[in-house]
Amino acid sequence: MARYVANRLAQAIMLLVIVSAIGFAILHLAPGGPLSQFAVSGQMTQEDLDRVTRQLGLDRPLPIQYLDWFGRMLKGDWGKSYRDGEAVLSVISSHLGATLELMATATIIAVLLGCWIGVLGALRRYSVFDTLATVGAMIALSIPTFWFGLVTIYVFSVKLGWLPAGNRQTIGDGSFLDLLHHLIAPAMVLALVETAMWGRFMRSSMLEVINQDYIRTARAKGMPEWRILTVHGLRNALLPMITVAGLQFPTLLGGALVAETVFTWPGMGRLFLDSIGYRDYPVVMGILMFSATMVLIGSLLADILYAVVDPRIRVG
Amino acid sequence: MATAALSTVQRTPGQAAWRRFCRHRLALAGAAIILVLVLGSALGPHLLPFDDTYIDIMKRFAPPLSGAHILGTDELGRDVLARLMMGGRVSLSIGIVAMVMAMVVGIVVGAFAGFYGGAVGAVLMRLVDAVLCFPTIFLLLALAALTEPGLVTTTVLIAATAWMAVARVVEAQVRSLREREFAVAAFAFGSSNLRIMFRELVPNAIAPIVVAATLNVAKAILLESYVSYLGFGIQPPAASWGNMLNNAQIYLTSAPWLAIVPGVAITLAVTSFNFLGDGLRDALDPRMNIP
Repeated sequence: MARYVANRLAQAIMLLVIVSAIGFAILHLAPGGPLSQFAVSGQMTQEDLDRVTRQLGLDRPLPIQYLDWFGRMLKGDWGKSYRDGEAVLSVISSHLGATLELMATATIIAVLLGCWIGVLGALRRYSVFDTLATVGAMIALSIPTFWFGLVTIYVFSVKLGWLPAGNRQTIGDGSFLDLLHHLIAPAMVLALVETAMWGRFMRSSMLEVINQDYIRTARAKGMPEWRILTVHGLRNALLPMITVAGLQFPTLLGGALVAETVFTWPGMGRLFLDSIGYRDYPVVMGILMFSATMVLIGSLLADILYAVVDPRIRVG
Repeated sequence: MATAALSTVQRTPGQAAWRRFCRHRLALAGAAIILVLVLGSALGPHLLPFDDTYIDIMKRFAPPLSGAHILGTDELGRDVLARLMMGGRVSLSIGIVAMVMAMVVGIVVGAFAGFYGGAVGAVLMRLVDAVLCFPTIFLLLALAALTEPGLVTTTVLIAATAWMAVARVVEAQVRSLREREFAVAAFAFGSSNLRIMFRELVPNAIAPIVVAATLNVAKAILLESYVSYLGFGIQPPAASWGNMLNNAQIYLTSAPWLAIVPGVAITLAVTSFNFLGDGLRDALDPRMNIP
């Protein structure tokens, strides 16, 4: 087990290095490179720019600059926002909570609903329910998230007036019920794609499990059907879902960005778009690197957790 | 003779695949819808009496089916149907062209990684893994923010964020195909590595490649709508399905059709390509059982 974890950890660190190299390359793609903020203002002469270039060490060879930048990233020095001079990491962390709240709620909805649909679809394969669920999942995966958000706002806010059209809370309120009221629509929108994915994976995982010998053995022993399905079926069918959760993480994060935009949700995705609007490259790069690191850690955790619950994996 | 009754119909693999495809009704429906969307976008603008960029401020916010404007007009009095058709040209072209670019990159990377394996394969596939760590939309928007927005940049950037899945598919295929007899025979003949890769191995992996390509078009159309909706893709006055939704949220209360019409077009196109890909997967390789 220790060897497996060490192995996966080494792989993750190697990936982090490549990820950071890609991030560094993108940073230098910016018009004017990391100095764009000064170049854009037009108040600095060429000599000033040259001086700042030397001061910031931007005249050094790229590999040296990269090592320097990577070292500072590791120490938590991710630069300062062009907008208000606040440290990038603290800007991100102040918006992270809202995003995590949205993602967690959507995941809970998706896991419960997706597993239910998937299991029922597998047990009644090719039934009307299964066919509808399969077609519905395909359509759900094809609807642009932001458009589904617009339709949700139109139906539930404009027409029915049941839900607020955006934001995280009513100004001056902020009670638990108020927060919940604002959370429903964006979480529902974000959960749509996730539910479809979970349903599809759960269906195929359950189908695989219920055709196993030990299920037949359990039936032969005369075990009650509900016990076969929950204790033997569902428990084993849920195992690969850990990997699915890891794989789904980037999509979930990307979906959160889009949902936040439509619902003016004050999270990381909203911050990302605002920062792009202001050409606030340090924050844009910070969020890009932060999200990639989150994905990396997510998949590492999923792999390790899977090995914990399924000993067969550790050998491979 | 009596044995004639027992004889089975001989079908080539192509015919068998075609029969399997035809049984997949949703895939057929998808293909039909794609045909309608493509023809409508290509020919429609010539049949319509309105220009997609013609501004008629007197006729702003005309609702659908009121007078000459079948799908109504937008906030500048432009005909929504004309914009939908012109936008379809842009969005569908981006979908196809970005797919072709992503396929070329993905196939080359995948073929080299699968063929050489070892250090080359490890480096290339770790690169694929690393790019996949970035949530697609974040990467796409960050790149779009750093470049001049437009048709070409949008297409290239979408391709740049969509080639990895193809590379994975091709790598796995090539890695297993290179051990097969026909590949070993090609080695024995002394064929060059490049020839074996792209004339022997890749053509034999055509079934999963075609499926991946179809699904890639769906993904590219979706991505175009995201970046253009957020204002970093196709710039007005040119229309695309994504940027038609750009201002739709502001007018959601007064003119909901501005939001509904382009969204339905995107969903139809993406669903159709996804179903088509699904049908092709069933038809071309019944063993492929990816959920």
